[in-house]
Amino acid sequence: MKTRRDFIKISSLGLGVATLSASKLNLFESLKSEEDHETEKLFRQPTYCEICFWKCAGWTYFNEKKKIIKVIGNDKDQHSNGRFCPRGTGGIGAYYDEDRLTKPLIREGKAGSQTFREASWDEAFTVIADKLKKIAAESGPENVALIKHGSAGDHFKTLFQAYGTGNISAPSYAQCRGPRVESFKLTFGEDPGSPEQTDIRDTKCLVLIGSHLGENMHNGQVQEMAMAIDKGASIITVDPRYSTVASKSKFWLPIKPATDMALLLAWINVLIEEELYDKQYVEDNTIGFEKLRHHVKRMTPEWAYGITTIKPDVIRKTAREMANAAPAVIVHPGRHVAWYGDDVQRSRAVGILNAILGSWGRKGGYFLREGISVPKFPIPKANKPRWNWKTALNGQFPLASQSPTNVIVEQSIKGNVDEKYRIRGWFVAGTNLPLTLPETDKFEKAVQDLDLFVAVDTMPMEVTGYADVVLPECTYLERYDTIRSSPHREPNIAVRVPAVEPLGDTKPASWMAKELAKKMGLGEFFPYEDYSEVLDWQLKKMGSSLDEMKRIGVKTFPRKTPIYFAEGEKYRFKTPSGKIELYSERMKQLGFSPLPEYTKHEEPPQGFYRLNYGRAPMHSFGRTSNNPNLTDLMSENFLWVNPKVASIWGLKSNQKVWLKNQDGIVSDFPIKVRITERIRWDSVYMVHGFGHNNKKLKRAFGNGANDSQMISKVLIDPIMGATGMRVNFVTFLKNDPA
Amino acid sequence: MKEELFVSGRNLPNIDPQLHVWHWPIPVYLFLGGLSAGILFFAALYVIKNKGKDLPDSYKKALFVPPVALVLGLIALLFDLTHLFYSWRLFTTIRLESPMSWGAWTLLTITPLAFLWAASNIKLLFPQWDWKYDWIKAIFKFWNENLKYIVWLVILLSVILGIYTGILLSAFNARPLWNTSILGPLFLSSALSGGAAVLIFFSNNEEEKKIFVKLSMLLIVIEGFLFTHMFMGFLASNQVQLEAAEMFLGGDYTIHFWIFDVIVGLIIPLVLELIWLRKQNFSLKIVALLLLFGGIMMRFTMVHAGQAARYLY
Amino acid sequence: MRYAMVIDTLKCVGCSDCVVACQTENNVPIGYCRDWVVEAVNGTYPQLELEIRTERCNHCENSPCVRCCPTGASHIVEGGVVLVTHDECIGCGACIESCPYDARYQHPEGYVDKCTFCLHRVKDGLLPACVSVCPTRCMYFGDLEDPNSEVSKLLKKRDYKTLAPEAGTNPHIFYLI
Repeated sequence: MKTRRDFIKISSLGLGVATLSASKLNLFESLKSEEDHETEKLFRQPTYCEICFWKCAGWTYFNEKKKIIKVIGNDKDQHSNGRFCPRGTGGIGAYYDEDRLTKPLIREGKAGSQTFREASWDEAFTVIADKLKKIAAESGPENVALIKHGSAGDHFKTLFQAYGTGNISAPSYAQCRGPRVESFKLTFGEDPGSPEQTDIRDTKCLVLIGSHLGENMHNGQVQEMAMAIDKGASIITVDPRYSTVASKSKFWLPIKPATDMALLLAWINVLIEEELYDKQYVEDNTIGFEKLRHHVKRMTPEWAYGITTIKPDVIRKTAREMANAAPAVIVHPGRHVAWYGDDVQRSRAVGILNAILGSWGRKGGYFLREGISVPKFPIPKANKPRWNWKTALNGQFPLASQSPTNVIVEQSIKGNVDEKYRIRGWFVAGTNLPLTLPETDKFEKAVQDLDLFVAVDTMPMEVTGYADVVLPECTYLERYDTIRSSPHREPNIAVRVPAVEPLGDTKPASWMAKELAKKMGLGEFFPYEDYSEVLDWQLKKMGSSLDEMKRIGVKTFPRKTPIYFAEGEKYRFKTPSGKIELYSERMKQLGFSPLPEYTKHEEPPQGFYRLNYGRAPMHSFGRTSNNPNLTDLMSENFLWVNPKVASIWGLKSNQKVWLKNQDGIVSDFPIKVRITERIRWDSVYMVHGFGHNNKKLKRAFGNGANDSQMISKVLIDPIMGATGMRVNFVTFLKNDPA
Repeated sequence: MKEELFVSGRNLPNIDPQLHVWHWPIPVYLFLGGLSAGILFFAALYVIKNKGKDLPDSYKKALFVPPVALVLGLIALLFDLTHLFYSWRLFTTIRLESPMSWGAWTLLTITPLAFLWAASNIKLLFPQWDWKYDWIKAIFKFWNENLKYIVWLVILLSVILGIYTGILLSAFNARPLWNTSILGPLFLSSALSGGAAVLIFFSNNEEEKKIFVKLSMLLIVIEGFLFTHMFMGFLASNQVQLEAAEMFLGGDYTIHFWIFDVIVGLIIPLVLELIWLRKQNFSLKIVALLLLFGGIMMRFTMVHAGQAARYLY
Repeated sequence: MRYAMVIDTLKCVGCSDCVVACQTENNVPIGYCRDWVVEAVNGTYPQLELEIRTERCNHCENSPCVRCCPTGASHIVEGGVVLVTHDECIGCGACIESCPYDARYQHPEGYVDKCTFCLHRVKDGLLPACVSVCPTRCMYFGDLEDPNSEVSKLLKKRDYKTLAPEAGTNPHIFYLI
């Protein structure tokens, strides 16, 4: 008999024991201490930031009393160039947050209601291990999924591969950058990378279509954009909203939402028709050009004008601007590209545009990143899973190279797939699924059908309220983690060394994975006492050591391959043809259009407005909405509404409205209105990551609205399963619907 | 459309969204200080004009107000200081450029003088009073003998006390409403008006009352003139001052200003005084109270509205 | 020696790193700030202009806050930096009233506080905290009296403005436009 899984807002614990005990609460007070810390002696340990995926390397400074004072960038780090972004600087807030989880929690039912009770690690691991063994015995370890984001996932990945599942998923794929991974692989043979291999600091023209660089604080790229501005580079921004970067652009194209494909195709048309493309490069490095030329012949700027509302002469001018700067031109691949369900195709158009401009592999365009591989610590070889998410898909989403988390959710709901393949257990580490995923109803349904749900987090985020077991992780400032080796202009590594001991009863993921493995009889996969042993072993094999890395933090290695193509060099791309595939035979074989096509997308009905969402530079979505330093900068999101719309609805500045979407879903919390000219009259805009409904997040609870709640409709990309989310429309409710 | 907003979530207490660093203690002090200044001024003026004659009882009664008012005002001021423990620092230095320093030192000197003067008339309240100690009796003997010289100091200090509060505000040119040199004379005439009101209140003599009623009417007219002059200046000045004036001409403080400050505080007393001069058939105590009420209301309005007008944003 | 700050509004993206850095460096309590970021939008969609500025005390040469301080707690030191001596401040609030830029605030401990150009760092040859973290490197700090300093060179090369020049305070934060 299954007990229904209630969403337990961890506040039901009541005693407040889940928070830091009174004596430890002083840590927050210490931010206000009178200590003149400028003159006291400070020590430092190297780390790389975990507040977002950029993982900038830096130094954690602390004093003799082991109180963390500040975190600043490492000068040698290519991700940050020595300067952290506001979230990195405010990262100490994640450590000092008094709402942090401090003890493992186990769900138990009591007289009809459910609550969490504190437990020891041993007890928590026993519960988890027993359930996992049960699932393995009853159907197979393959029916468990690890859903991860961030460094914790690295350790649990080893564990779950050892356990025997192939369902290792990250929402950052199908809910975010997945489409461009596949589109660039199809076109260039490799994805643009993370950090992207965009040579912004030397570019002459940066084209941003669907990127709000500057509001998305991708540290290295924002820095390079500032450098480019200093050097006089021109920026072309395509955005229905007057974004920060739009205000710094030479050309801002206020495009009608959902029509970007038409613009991209028209640009390709202009470059080809006016013979502005890089002829030599195209001849040397691409195939399918003639098919492309034929395909875009009718896609003139005039045709695009009718669709996008961008005037034909502007389309031509901007295309010429790009060509003029080529090859030092970048059409940015974007980051979150899951918009309308044809995202792989649109991203292909971006790739093709870059290709005919000749920017790939050229200075000021896309450089060729190089990394250094970190030796694998010797562990036994895991059994290959007999089936995974792909099996149950039966050929759907043929080009999904990673598992779309929405597929994992679907495959967890009873009746959606063959019971043999149904996913019965979730282990979620470092991602707040209810706010991350669209279609909250599916998430909630899936959760009810699970036999086991474990959540690993530093904060009592909403996802923890659904779990059977909650494991409190310590923050990045308190632990060792895997060596960061992100390919960049120069191969480099960075280490994360704890500055202080973990608070309360929190533990690093490296310890959790090891102990849980022991309980599951898989201890041999974690043959270390402390993760620092692994690091030292790996570093010594790379010609360094943990001691050296503690002193320098970041180590850069010389390149072995050229960073740009040499003049006239013919490069072998990792595509089937060995060349840049403007025309994709592979897509044709799979039954998809080999060249991007424009499809019209749904427009908002009368009285509704397209919901656009994005980032604010001082937050990492929901991850930081409780951080004391960062909520001091921005404590809630606002709904951007055009003044014309505001006057139709009689809305006043800072008025609270509830949102209702096309499916009748109403937001839990109201959101304040910002009346601004910066947004089109057919859309509204809000920053993602607010509207938390877990009361234990004292600073975040009830502030702003949750846009994910409004995203009940998605358009799935048939090529790799991404969830296109920009197809929801909202209207305003001026009075509390409750 | 022009939009200007904070991106970094600035919300400083007492400063955002609107400056409100000075709360009720400040207008209360300004009123009490001005009132004391007015009373002391007229008392000193009487002594100067009527050499040798003893102060009439109404003056003596009125002179009991300044010590109380000054002490209450001082307490109100200290209440407003956020770093009270260090307030003694005010008297470690004289800063000629700071009207507040002027005020601190003026208060320091005029308060004991007000106490002494009131104490020297204590027999009015307590006829059996005896200054037991000889040295105290010597002080008052000195006071009474040299009063005709001391009052020159008192008159100077009372004028400074009455006018410096206006100069203090007008020195803040960052607050458009206060950035006018009319505030000094305005506050001084309001202070004198308050002093006259108290004297009217305590007066029993019809002749004396007539003099002060006429004086009060003159002061009301002067205040009205100064207000008009001030508004005309604002409305002809730059954008921020125009916006400051508009607070009283349709903005948030319109009702407060016109009803409390102008109608109740100036016009009704003026009319009543006019009627009294003709008929003299009702108690002037009401008029005095209305004048005092108008005085304190005016200061509340000026202090609050002044903080509402700003330069940027 | 005349310290000044030059801020390039063309590069500032409004990330507010300067605000967090100042807060951690100077123990500014949560809920208070010594510097802040302002966004100014002008126009009608799609003819729009946007200016983003990071603001703080302008360390004016003709400072009304120093003039009106009754105890002398507000004073100017070498380099033209306006400071507040905590133990001499009585919290009267006159300086807050006198500042056209609303740059000062009442610290919960009672005294009046504001940006100090991180003089404790500058003395050691470092940059103020806000300047040192800015990811877009849009903030510059240096000696205006040195013709070879970055700030002097920038002011010669680029167009700039100050805030509320009509207030007559002669501020020393310059915005490149």
